[in-house]
Amino acid sequence: MTLRLLLKKRSLSLFMAAVVIFSCLMLVSCPEEEVDFEVTSETAAIDYSPYAGTTINVYNWGEYISDGSEGTVDVNKAFTKLTGIEVNYTNFSGNEDMYSKLKSGGISYDVIIPSDYMIERLISEGMLLKLNFNNIPNYKYISEEYRNLYFDSDNEYSVPYNVGMVGIIYNTEMVSSAPDSWSVLCDPALSDKILMFNNPRDAFAIAQFMLDIDINTQNADDWEKAKEWLMNQKNYVKSYVMDEVFNKMESGSAAVAPYYAGDFLSMYQNNDDLAFVYPKEGTNIFVDSACIPTSAKNKAAAELYINFLLDPNVALQNAQTICYASPNTAVVENEDYQNFLKELHPEANAILYPSFEELYPGKDVNDYYYRNLPQATLDKISTLWSELKIASTENSDSYIIYILCITAVILLAGVVVFLKVRKRRRINA
Amino acid sequence: MKTKKSLLQRYAASPYMVWSVLFVIAPLLFVIYYAFTDRNGTFSFNNFSRMFSGETPKVFVISLAFAFVSTLICLIIAYPLAYSMIKTKKKTQNMLIMLFMLPMWMNFVLRTYAISFLLEDRGLINQLFTSIGLGQIKLINTSGAVIFGMIYNFLPYMLLPIYSVMSKMDKSLIEASEDLGCNRLHTLTKVILPLSIPGIVSGITMVFVPSVSTFYISQKLGPSDFTLIGDEIETEIKSAAGSYNYGSAISFVLMILIFICLIVMNKFSDEDAQGGMLV
Repeated sequence: MTLRLLLKKRSLSLFMAAVVIFSCLMLVSCPEEEVDFEVTSETAAIDYSPYAGTTINVYNWGEYISDGSEGTVDVNKAFTKLTGIEVNYTNFSGNEDMYSKLKSGGISYDVIIPSDYMIERLISEGMLLKLNFNNIPNYKYISEEYRNLYFDSDNEYSVPYNVGMVGIIYNTEMVSSAPDSWSVLCDPALSDKILMFNNPRDAFAIAQFMLDIDINTQNADDWEKAKEWLMNQKNYVKSYVMDEVFNKMESGSAAVAPYYAGDFLSMYQNNDDLAFVYPKEGTNIFVDSACIPTSAKNKAAAELYINFLLDPNVALQNAQTICYASPNTAVVENEDYQNFLKELHPEANAILYPSFEELYPGKDVNDYYYRNLPQATLDKISTLWSELKIASTENSDSYIIYILCITAVILLAGVVVFLKVRKRRRINA
Repeated sequence: MKTKKSLLQRYAASPYMVWSVLFVIAPLLFVIYYAFTDRNGTFSFNNFSRMFSGETPKVFVISLAFAFVSTLICLIIAYPLAYSMIKTKKKTQNMLIMLFMLPMWMNFVLRTYAISFLLEDRGLINQLFTSIGLGQIKLINTSGAVIFGMIYNFLPYMLLPIYSVMSKMDKSLIEASEDLGCNRLHTLTKVILPLSIPGIVSGITMVFVPSVSTFYISQKLGPSDFTLIGDEIETEIKSAAGSYNYGSAISFVLMILIFICLIVMNKFSDEDAQGGMLV
């Protein structure tokens, strides 16, 4: 081996060693910060020993728990530390996603946290177990308002985790006067600055509130009418988004978007030109609740986990991380939490915990929840939604591609013909 | 004389056989099964009649057109690039290849997301434009952005096969053609081009196929009324109705279309040069 090569090799290994040492130092120099955190004495006093060493599978929405990032408390770790029960925590991105995973039966989950209408469906299909509330003493903290909800009227299957409402987020720099109606989402003046839900149920609900149609209608014509409204709106829509709404609204690339109130507070931290309003026509209300599916293998431990989530201190951590409204009275009445909200946004409390009677006097709150719909209606929605997504708008620019394509095909064909002709000539010659 | 196969020869391929049965053939059969049944599992052509009565054929055409254009542009960029790369020193070549591979080490979803940040109305590029007085230009949510995204993501797949075929080319053939009086253009068209056809064919395949079925790029960069066939399959499978049948039917038709495209292309390459390889 020549000296040069040797040197090269040595310098490489030296470099690698430096990298390893450096990364070790990095690890040592920033140890995991232990946040000062304790559950209430009541939760701590429960005897967890029979379940220590077992595991529960928890299936929740993405970014829907305090997970230890950015100096928050890792709720799952805290639970394991207290009880000795391991938590296998996984995420889903939508109710339907969760449903098909559950239905396929590949994995058994012990705790799931779906939304209202999906819980109604799961109950009707016999996919949920009745909870043993003796294991969930912290249920006493759940506000009266969120007990006996329509999908679980006898309070047997579910424990509310988060609640929320949909509203309009707008950029005060770009929208001249404060909107009060969903009609701002098809305002030609804001053309190409409007974002829309990329999920059929939420998108259709907006059209239905505009047209004064029941959001849970089973009449196919009503869904057609809502689609017509959305088709017209599409001419002004910049794009259909879910999570991308954060970036587009925060950067000022879009002026107005419908989204969940809790997420507005997160966006406001990065752009204080943003404002939020509940439209006068009405809006969707949702409740995400913890349930135990029939496939659960460790029901008692799952109930203890749900109880743990309801602990005032744990719920407080979650409420502060997720920024959604909490159904937990111990959280709402907590002074620290109220101060936290004030720091987020001067009107955070009014945005997260509006009084329904004041916002929509004379309306029935139950009309604002989504319901489980029969399969025929779901099929109808899905067909209409894909028709909507495919349809071209007035200002479509995809014709350019056809022109490009045709030119390219003609050119290619020309070249091929030219080559063929030349070849034949040469053979003849 | 019959040679006895060694144990290794006989069983070396078996892991792949198991793999392909489990992850290639079985899913394919599932797709076909779902495509020809309805939700209850009874045999029906409803998925297909629904597909051809709606606007889906238009989406097929758009997807094929976009894939075609982006493949063509990739080829136009990659071929001269590969050609000029083999003319450089070995060290520079490695360096250049490395530079082209580098973005591929990142996840493609991430890359597309990054492009959408750059192209945004208030993104980096538009900020630059406004600061030098050009004003804001609509970059994102256009068809052009989708083409750009596809080219950006798939260009390395075109470049690498062409480059590897070219760099293995026998240099003495090029010298011979120059000795025998060919000028540079003739050397390129008569010697290098025919020899590099296998690279071009596999490059085209590796760009065209993912371009036709891509879905993420169009959602993040395309206009609101822009749907590629991949998006439709995704919407269909993720929808509340939760049925795989229609989505599978679209996938099935898409597979047939891609298959036809590849056959046509292989036909072309076989005519032009013997030994064009089937990918």
